[in-house]
Amino acid sequence: MSDKEYRHIGKPSDRVEALEKVTGQATYTADLEFPGMLHAKCLYSPYARAEIVSIDVSQAKALLGVKAILVGDDIPYLVGLYMVDKRILARGTVRYQGEPVVAVAAVDEKTAELAVSKIKIEYKVLPSIQTIDEALEGKILVHEDINDLEYIKNVFFPQPDSNIASWNKTIKGDIKKGFEEADLIVENELTLPAVAHAPMETHVAIAQADIYTNKVKIWSSTQSPFAVRKLLAKALHISTGDIQVIVPYVGGGFGGKAGIHLEPLVTVLSRACKGRPVKLIATREEEFNQLPTRAGMRGRVKTGVKKDGKITAFEIFYDWDSGAYADYGVNVGKSATYSGAGPYEVPNIELHSRTLYTNKVFSTAYRGFGHLETHWVIERQMDMVAQKLGMDPYEFRMKNILRPGCLTISGEEISENSGAPDQCLAAVAKEIGWTGYRSEAERRSNINTGKLRGKGLACLQKAPAMPPHTSTSAIMQMDDDGNVRIMIGVVDIGQGANTIMAQIAAEVLDMPIEKVKVIWDTDTSRHPYDWSTVASKYTFMGGNAVKKCAQNMLLQMKEMAAQALRSSIEDLAHKDEYIYLIHHKNKKIKYKDLALGYAYENGNGIGGPLIAKGTYMADGLTFLDPVTGQGFPALDWTFGAHGVEIEVDIETGDIQIIKIASAFDIGQAINKKLVEGQIMGGVLQGIGSAIIEGYKFSPEGKLMNPSFTDNKIPTAKDIPMEIIPIIIENPQPDGPFGARGVGEHPMISVPSVIGNALYDALGINFYNLPFSPENVALAIGNGLKK
Amino acid sequence: MCEKHNNEGTCFTYVDSGLKKVLLSCIVNGESVCAYIDPTMTLLNFLRRELKLFGSKEGCGEGECGACTIIMNGVAVNSCIILALEAMNESIITVEGINKNGKISILQQEFISHDALQCGFCTPGMLMSARALLDRNPNPNESEIIEAIAGNFCRCTGYVPIIRAIASAAKLEREEMKNE
Repeated sequence: MSDKEYRHIGKPSDRVEALEKVTGQATYTADLEFPGMLHAKCLYSPYARAEIVSIDVSQAKALLGVKAILVGDDIPYLVGLYMVDKRILARGTVRYQGEPVVAVAAVDEKTAELAVSKIKIEYKVLPSIQTIDEALEGKILVHEDINDLEYIKNVFFPQPDSNIASWNKTIKGDIKKGFEEADLIVENELTLPAVAHAPMETHVAIAQADIYTNKVKIWSSTQSPFAVRKLLAKALHISTGDIQVIVPYVGGGFGGKAGIHLEPLVTVLSRACKGRPVKLIATREEEFNQLPTRAGMRGRVKTGVKKDGKITAFEIFYDWDSGAYADYGVNVGKSATYSGAGPYEVPNIELHSRTLYTNKVFSTAYRGFGHLETHWVIERQMDMVAQKLGMDPYEFRMKNILRPGCLTISGEEISENSGAPDQCLAAVAKEIGWTGYRSEAERRSNINTGKLRGKGLACLQKAPAMPPHTSTSAIMQMDDDGNVRIMIGVVDIGQGANTIMAQIAAEVLDMPIEKVKVIWDTDTSRHPYDWSTVASKYTFMGGNAVKKCAQNMLLQMKEMAAQALRSSIEDLAHKDEYIYLIHHKNKKIKYKDLALGYAYENGNGIGGPLIAKGTYMADGLTFLDPVTGQGFPALDWTFGAHGVEIEVDIETGDIQIIKIASAFDIGQAINKKLVEGQIMGGVLQGIGSAIIEGYKFSPEGKLMNPSFTDNKIPTAKDIPMEIIPIIIENPQPDGPFGARGVGEHPMISVPSVIGNALYDALGINFYNLPFSPENVALAIGNGLKK
Repeated sequence: MCEKHNNEGTCFTYVDSGLKKVLLSCIVNGESVCAYIDPTMTLLNFLRRELKLFGSKEGCGEGECGACTIIMNGVAVNSCIILALEAMNESIITVEGINKNGKISILQQEFISHDALQCGFCTPGMLMSARALLDRNPNPNESEIIEAIAGNFCRCTGYVPIIRAIASAAKLEREEMKNE
């Protein structure tokens, strides 16, 4: 904890937009209506893989009120974040059940819906790729043109004539030597299914495309307006500045609204409708089976250890069941190459991360992308290695945990400023009263109660997954009454970025937070650039930009005040909205008297309106070596750990979480209330992935549970009996006031920690998610039989 | 039923019934409203499309998520699976109607103070479930609060701050009642 006294930093300020949200005034994209606005609906593929033989839209076209019907052949554009592999509407072949094939724009939703129902498509159903092994085998290619697809070279590695969208590797040390040195080698295979982000607001986009020029205006529920602008400009071959993306309130994103989704479709529909605005709201079913998900994954892990518990080598294969299009999926796979072995020192490692095309709904970023998945494998493996060693899993982790001087698997040296995973682990172990695994005798002694308790531990790490040269910016202006307006490019999707930035600016300027107004809705034509609202990077990067921006405004005020007070900048200080002379405190000028330039009594003026800027670019980061995966990808590592106590009903398989403690080294909490909100919310989302959620596909690749009826997310009844957020603050010198990001991290390792506690409770190791009551009850039944 | 799924018969999306429009009159947030509507229109669509009250949200359209929760005659209901005509002559309260004399209510203030919202999309429905609970039970215990909001999904907060906010609002409202 920093001993510095701050006015705003670390204080539990209320969310700056909360009033609008509790009064129903907050306007989301679906709430917008425009003159002449049309409504779109799509017809999507009922098959996982099929050839489109014919499409008959004649009956639909004849309906009164139908303004445009588009099919894939009408739209020659390809889009894609990293691999340009996706058509706006399927053309020739459909690649997943749920893929949009025809789009209709009509005067209202019901007419569009009616038109969709009158479209006839003839398909020739084809065999499809449904499993990781089928994808690797490659007898059928999801993208027959994989060799010709455009992609970002040296970052992603699509394999010719295969279903491997990218094969990323980490090679450090010598695993042959590492395994030879090992006293024990432990191998396991773990899996987890695809899971939906399930934001409460489904994807929504409205576009108005001027037919006389290239101008396109978009309102969207996106997390990344600047990425939408860039990718759409590229797809349509128009200039970035022709596109204006406006983001009203967003009802949750969790990564699913990063990248580009419905925006291109509404744009081409608007063009086809002579420039009338076209709105498309995804239904909840479409949110599940048309819009992207988190990939399923299989991890095969082999660990070599010495008798004393020191890890000598890791060999890991992560195979991602990533669906029909690459989207963020290849970057999810890539994140494993520098973070996929957990917060441990591994001297020798070979890690292969293969993002695979399959005929399923495609995957994208999901809160802490790649990390919940890889940590599911690694943190279960850490426990299972400890079991084989006969060692306490706490001691085993502590023996290998990253400490100052250690190298990460991509060869980056951890310093005392990097945060302390050992402190996180120690804190949660203490909080849950960890004393080591229960013995079999202890388990047996409680079996008559029908309920068995167990405890577990798990660690985690994540750094923002972003290009090494990612940047952001802020603009600040002062009004005549001394209020400050900040323009930034972030989207506040509920994480609280606007509040955090107001606190940082108010701290630097030493003024009341009520007088600092962050301006939303984010608008790419008005707000300064930010890469994307993803990766838990904004408190760090945006915080630095806003801090520099506020410092720049202070400097401008001091320059003007130095002239007015006949002094020099060095002799001036600021406090409580005054610039004053350090040695003559009564000689001072109020901020507001400098806001539009300073005016002398006789009417002379100096300076001008205060407009400040602040930019921040990640520094010192590098691309990863294309062969070895070595390099410096991490702006800031946020380390953490969970400790949990659960109770399992051995009849029903139901898991009750008695207590979960979650610690994160975030350097400095800018707003403790919001940090705790991220922790509590993220932990429950992790519990959802652990116990409840998961996609179920039929053998033919039809999604069987595309609704909240069959694909529930946790409700208030599913919360832990006790949840303890623990904030650890070892500041990072280049973070704003020492802060690191924490938005995504609380979700990571929640499935692993519950899995570890299940072993403690039952003596059974679980290898597959979710721990649904039936899966747990079945395992108990089989385990007791043994 | 539409033919969207190639006649698989699994879709029940709203399509204009073609039936004669019917006069609906009811009271919404204390004001009398009348409108001729399609008899198959849902109450949520009536509120949003006819009355332009956009506070109530649609999260699923099938009564699972609770984002559309409103109060009808004192009971919290999912307005997305209720026909607008069921509100005939009834009194409706939406999130736009829970402020008091131009000021936000204690419940709304406690949601702000406890950070019981992040993205805010579930908040209107959550507030209405909480309001209905406190109206019928001014002193709910934790499990009663959980029961009352169990039909309202929230993907952001983990529910804990919401439960605390409702408990705190109940306490403050009881104190206010005593003082009045």
